[in-house]
Amino acid sequence: MKATTSRLALLALAVLMLGATTSGTVSITMPTVTVPLKPGPGMEVVNANCRTCHSAAYIYTQPRLNRAQWTAEVAKMKAAYGAPIADSDVNTIVDYLIAQNGKP
Amino acid sequence: MTLDRRGFLAGATAAALASTTGSEAIAASPTTVMLPMENGTRPLVAFPQKRPLLMLSPRPPLLETPFHIFDEGVLTPNDAFFVRWHLAGIPTTVDAATHRIHVHGMVKRPLSLSVSDLRTQFKPVEIVAVNQCSGNSRGLFSPRVPGGQWDNGAMGNARWTGARLTDVLARAGLKDGVRQIRFHGLERPVLSTTPPFIKALSLDDIFDNGDIIIAYEMNGAPLPLLNGYPVRMVVPGWYATYWMKMLSDIEAIDTIDDNFWMKTAYRIPETPGNTVTPTQTGYKTVPINKMTVRSFATNVHDGGSVHAGSQMIRGIAFDNGSGIKAVQFSSDGGTTWRNATLGADYGRYSFRRWEVAFAAQRGKSYTLACRAIANSGETQTSIPVWNPAGFLRDVIETYKVSVS
Repeated sequence: MKATTSRLALLALAVLMLGATTSGTVSITMPTVTVPLKPGPGMEVVNANCRTCHSAAYIYTQPRLNRAQWTAEVAKMKAAYGAPIADSDVNTIVDYLIAQNGKP
Repeated sequence: MTLDRRGFLAGATAAALASTTGSEAIAASPTTVMLPMENGTRPLVAFPQKRPLLMLSPRPPLLETPFHIFDEGVLTPNDAFFVRWHLAGIPTTVDAATHRIHVHGMVKRPLSLSVSDLRTQFKPVEIVAVNQCSGNSRGLFSPRVPGGQWDNGAMGNARWTGARLTDVLARAGLKDGVRQIRFHGLERPVLSTTPPFIKALSLDDIFDNGDIIIAYEMNGAPLPLLNGYPVRMVVPGWYATYWMKMLSDIEAIDTIDDNFWMKTAYRIPETPGNTVTPTQTGYKTVPINKMTVRSFATNVHDGGSVHAGSQMIRGIAFDNGSGIKAVQFSSDGGTTWRNATLGADYGRYSFRRWEVAFAAQRGKSYTLACRAIANSGETQTSIPVWNPAGFLRDVIETYKVSVS
């Protein structure tokens, strides 16, 4: 049973490698890498609204942005990218972003 | 262990990084790199078909090429080539046998082409060309701007093989009145309310640049899935935003495309040098298009060292297709310049390698610099371009080095 499983695995691997060298099927498995949000007021709102579409790395790799800049980013996510952010959640999200990676 | 901006050993530990970024990625990443910018810590993570690259984001994947790779050869290896997706809906399984490229819209003969059709029914064209993200080097802007915070490694140079776009369009037969061709791939938004990633090129630009191909090979091999397997657009001389990955749809239209990714995103100021001041408003913008001329040293890095005595300083240069006429080198911060020797010519859209002899005196420090001059006459200056989206960086690169 075990031998059969490993032969099947080898066969699967061979098919994958064939795919990679000719013009067949290529399958990849994305690494299970996530960038977690750090605790703070509003984290759950940010988690529910922002991480649907993108990693929290989008927050932490930005330079420290001021309130006007983070507000503009959230507005862009709503207006341009169609994020279903409730108007009542915008300030909570902006406050969290400033606390995490902002400046006055 | 941490690597500094150019992949050289520095200090710090992964654990220390984890405490400052809270990133679980660190567990899977023995090393991190410190890019020369605020919040510039990047874990090195190996994605499928890729060696460890600087991870800007895992989802959608944004992966930067460590800069020392560019010192190793004129072509960037497929497994080291940078990765940039806009939307997280990326197919992780792609079957080249069933994949189709639909050519439709204002055409006389709509087509549904397989990869095999592209290979067998059209003359193969091979071209070496630089693929550079519009936002390459955005993290070096001053003042900083929001967006993907790349150092200089969101670029690569590959030998692409594919069918000429103009041959495919000729097969379909464009109707009178076509103004633009729109391109779409398999990348999908997570939300139905997010604009799908669609780009467009004007017909004049397509026929001016007869070198646009639909590529099915990259450096003689299939494209890595994360670089657009099974086929992607190659638009030599133009920024990578037009190089549609997993190309599946070509549409001829009689309008100027006004989708978000053309009308709102990827715009540059229509001002002299495409530069503005941070407080400037009221200027017109145009879609980003051809790349600016750039050059880099690849075997020294800013803040690094050189050894005493004579040595060769090496680097790369490229522009948008006029070709590199000369690269000049300075060891006094740009006061005096002398010509470097250009390496083999891989074509006018390729990286052009250069090297120059340099003698370093023990105990001194130097500000090295390089600048490229294109056949078009365009050259680099010491004044950085600034625009709010962080595009078109092309300033003369300088490298402060001490003598070890």
